[in-house]
Amino acid sequence: MRRAGRRTFVYEQRPSVRAAAAVVGPKEGQGPLGADFDVVLPDDLLGMATWEQAESEMLRRAVDLCASKAGVTIKAVDLLLAGDLQDQITASGFAARALGIPFFGLYGACSTFIESMVLGGVLVDGGLADRVVCAASSHFCAAERQYRFPLELGNQRPPSAQWTATAAGAALLSREETGLCSLTHGTVGRIVDYQIKDANHMGAAMAPAVADTLTAHFQDTGRSPRDYDQIVTGDLGVIGRELLMDLMRERGMPLAPERLSDCGASLYSPEQDAHAGGSGCGCIASVLSAHFMPLIAGPFYRMLALGSGAMLSPATTQQGESIPSISYAVALEAM
Amino acid sequence: MSEADKIKRYKKLVEQRTPGSRMFRDCFRAFWVGGVICCVGQAITILGSEVLKLNLIAGSAFTPSVLVFLGTTLTGLGVYDRIGEYAGAGSIVPITGFANSVAAPAMEFRREGLVLGLGARLFQLAGPVITYGVTTSIVIGLIYYVIDRWLA
Repeated sequence: MRRAGRRTFVYEQRPSVRAAAAVVGPKEGQGPLGADFDVVLPDDLLGMATWEQAESEMLRRAVDLCASKAGVTIKAVDLLLAGDLQDQITASGFAARALGIPFFGLYGACSTFIESMVLGGVLVDGGLADRVVCAASSHFCAAERQYRFPLELGNQRPPSAQWTATAAGAALLSREETGLCSLTHGTVGRIVDYQIKDANHMGAAMAPAVADTLTAHFQDTGRSPRDYDQIVTGDLGVIGRELLMDLMRERGMPLAPERLSDCGASLYSPEQDAHAGGSGCGCIASVLSAHFMPLIAGPFYRMLALGSGAMLSPATTQQGESIPSISYAVALEAM
Repeated sequence: MSEADKIKRYKKLVEQRTPGSRMFRDCFRAFWVGGVICCVGQAITILGSEVLKLNLIAGSAFTPSVLVFLGTTLTGLGVYDRIGEYAGAGSIVPITGFANSVAAPAMEFRREGLVLGLGARLFQLAGPVITYGVTTSIVIGLIYYVIDRWLA
């Protein structure tokens, strides 16, 4: 392994994504990508007593399923890197309790999944772990009560608002030479803040962070947008995606619209009333795992996936702070 | 370009790219749903005075009680949030909306227990309305008192 430029790791052993799995809620299952997910849950609660427990169980199932798709038992996994949106990332902590394997809890808001892949790549490529599961989850009902209002409150959401996905995704990284794709680069994010204060406009807050990491990735690797068959962002939503294209055009690295996909903008159909699109840690975790990674075998042989996170809390929003954002990137290639 | 200019330019870009709310459509929806709720309220008032022959004091408590009951029931059935999503202020401003703002957190935070969950969070949304409603009443009352006493 070596470092390219200031912020990019080059994984010289090319760890493989041995398998990936996604478990999603009923609304996500009814969306345009419904058929791609491994498991579509019949209800949001999974027979649990609380939304928080339901999210944790969903994450546990995704990790478990990922390991079994890779043909290994959960005990054969050296390390779990996971995070979520709940206060003190309890969904991950509780899932790790049930799984009983070594665990790092990560928080990068909705960028957590890609953050975990960047770090997982380092650990596997560096020979420090043989099998690492990278995972993340979010649950609409658990997020809503924490960040916004009680579910049954009759209020309206602005057109720029996004819908927190009820979803969990997991990917198993290993040094074996088979799998969905291989991991070649990881670019670390830095906090970027363009003074957006509207918590109902996450896409606008996060687009500059994605542009920053994208620019750094191209500078560090000497690549350009044309080197990727597809650039996949996490949850910029419909408006954030447009803003990212504007920012990259200004920087002289225009992105072709047919080569730029956003997981949040793809997850729901317009009739599902998700406004600007899906969001949440589980959004890119599930959509990348179940929809985009299998496409690396063709037609998207080389893909750059960028997660983006808004590092706010309900308290900072009420205190009038702007939204600091971060974005991590991983480059994926056909085996 | 300086950092400040870059941010200013970006904010302008965000404004251009962000679709606004559909003002006319939203106002129309708020108007007709709010109107229907008020008509229901008026019908209940007439029912109280004409059919049940309630006096003025009992009658003025009758209508809000029935509307709060309806608002709470519709919240419990999971209907009121859908009405609110459609009608906005049309269903938030009437007293049924107030009932919704109390019943919704009661349902949501029941899982954290009866005292620190339901009890503590019950007025999470309605609290500010009560606080500033009472404060405004006191200020208006004082102004009325001063005018009535010395200036009238």
